[in-house]
Amino acid sequence: MKELADRLFLMIFNIEPANSPYLALWYALIIFLASFILLNFAALFAGITSFVERRIAARIQSRIGPNLVGPQGIIQWLADGIKLFLKEDLVPKDADKILFRFAPYFVFTGLFGAFVALPFGYGIIAADLNIGIYYILAFTSLVVLGIIMGGWSSNSKWALFGALRSAAQIISYEIPTGLSLMIVIMLAGSLSTQSIIMAQGGWPWEWFVFHSPFTLVGFFIFFTSSLAEGNRVPFDLPEAESELVSGYNTEYSGLRFLIFPMAEWANMWVVGALVTLTYLGGWQVPGVSLEAIQSSLLLILIGIAIFCIKSLAVVFIIIQLRWTLPRVRVDQMAFVCWTYFVPISLLSLIGTMIWMLIFPWETIIGTVIRIVMFGIGAGVTIWYLLRIRYNYITDKPRFERFKEAPQWYPPWKMP
Amino acid sequence: MVSAMENAVNAKSHLPVFQYFKNIYLLVVSILEGMAVTMSYLFRRPITIQYPYKMEESIDTVLPPQFRGILEVDLPYCIACLRCANTCPIDCIAIDLEKNAETKERFITRFDIDISKCMFCGLCVEGCSTGAIHHTKIFSGTSHYIENLVLEFVDTPVRPFKKPKSMEDIPFDKSGKIAKNKLKDFFSPPEFVIDHRKGEKYTRRVR
Ligand code: SF4
Ligand code: SF4
Repeated sequence: MKELADRLFLMIFNIEPANSPYLALWYALIIFLASFILLNFAALFAGITSFVERRIAARIQSRIGPNLVGPQGIIQWLADGIKLFLKEDLVPKDADKILFRFAPYFVFTGLFGAFVALPFGYGIIAADLNIGIYYILAFTSLVVLGIIMGGWSSNSKWALFGALRSAAQIISYEIPTGLSLMIVIMLAGSLSTQSIIMAQGGWPWEWFVFHSPFTLVGFFIFFTSSLAEGNRVPFDLPEAESELVSGYNTEYSGLRFLIFPMAEWANMWVVGALVTLTYLGGWQVPGVSLEAIQSSLLLILIGIAIFCIKSLAVVFIIIQLRWTLPRVRVDQMAFVCWTYFVPISLLSLIGTMIWMLIFPWETIIGTVIRIVMFGIGAGVTIWYLLRIRYNYITDKPRFERFKEAPQWYPPWKMP
Repeated sequence: MVSAMENAVNAKSHLPVFQYFKNIYLLVVSILEGMAVTMSYLFRRPITIQYPYKMEESIDTVLPPQFRGILEVDLPYCIACLRCANTCPIDCIAIDLEKNAETKERFITRFDIDISKCMFCGLCVEGCSTGAIHHTKIFSGTSHYIENLVLEFVDTPVRPFKKPKSMEDIPFDKSGKIAKNKLKDFFSPPEFVIDHRKGEKYTRRVR
């Protein structure tokens, strides 16, 4: 970011940045601009995803979803936001008023802080920290602080239950998350998000997922446990609607309430981007070397597009999982974590270490193994697609007999 | 997913190690299968009827024939058996029969259905032997006055129907014309007159 600011300074004012007295001011301006853009990106992403998620959920349930506000309901999220904005901001009588008011800010700061170290493309990152991954893990832990604060200070049993569950869940799942991230850190030899991406390649068999069977397992563990950390279904125990009204945010209203779901949706981008950058090759363009990307603006833009597409695909899978799986019970949540995820991620950490010794990345056997792993991944994907087709075709005659209309109605066709 | 975990807790039949890996396999496969099902729904036609914004055909044709809308009585075919009034669990049908003292003829003088009470259970329709009382496809009706929700089907007293040999002879009119007619002045305030037959205390609505 600093080089970018220096380059811009030179371009705009034609003065060497080092001998200008206004450099500090310029840096402050750039910092402000970057955080402004990131904040707006997070908020817009959260809003639009809330709309898109509802549309996808509706289609999964044979419904249509919100389609009345604006063309195809496209500004529904804005209407919801404005509505919540105008609501009264209530604080319960017996609540701990200060903590109650502060909790949403902790949640929001915890999530927004993570955006600082998330890359979007080559050099497009607010701060390329050399401890990027560590920073993200540490900073997102602030969310659980906010959740516990909110739950405890509302003086309501539902909120307290939600907060307690959230604490138990996030603390347990932090361990598999960290362990499965260790695999990537080992492979890349760095904690910086940009260097992790640079250690991978553009083609799928150059991604870390397909490095070995162990990283494939690590990928799934990382994906699932970051779902659990973000309180997404099937791990949405802290806000289990059917059991706890709304969990830790039961007593909130108005703008303060708005921050909780917004943070949850913004977190989907954080999960998507983290999965993409650690395991799915980040912004690497297939068939293009790193030097070529550095020198061409077009390739950087293509890289941004690739990164966004990959992250959005992960976000889509998160959404789809939410509308596929039922919520797990508390004991199941802890059981899965401690008997499956933790030992398996430890095992795959050690396995990857040994693998790295026996089959180094650059050797022919290493490459062959990666291509074979990619073949397995592609096979599973093809099997999945065939299952989708099978499900579609088996129901087709029945549907068409009852509804007397063709069943084919792809998602891009707007009702 | 859940059953895989249940098996893991009560592992009896298999070696624990074998069970452990089988659980993982079941977990992955069942999640993938579930996702394949939900994904296939993205390519199917939604079954929502976008009433009243986007209707390709009129709502009457879209609704299924067994739809239970507002009740309607085709009075000329009512045999006045009172079965519907007696079956109704919440007594929202009121039928009055009066006998002419000279000719010994019976007349239906009142057939009121209070649709503000009706829960559209359809029990009255099932009991009717001639099909005189039946559901229409009318479901949208709002009124500012709850009195308007009492549908009075008797305008002038009618004789009960004589049941024919075969039910095919009864020409049903299920288009809902009669009920629609009754619902016409839904928004106008009800007018009341004093019902002299029942004394000063009773008022009766006129339509
Ligand atoms: S539909 Fe049910 S509630 Fe309504 S009048 Fe008939 S029996 Fe009574
Ligand atoms: S409507 Fe049917 S059930 Fe009711 S009194 Fe008439 S014939 Fe009998």
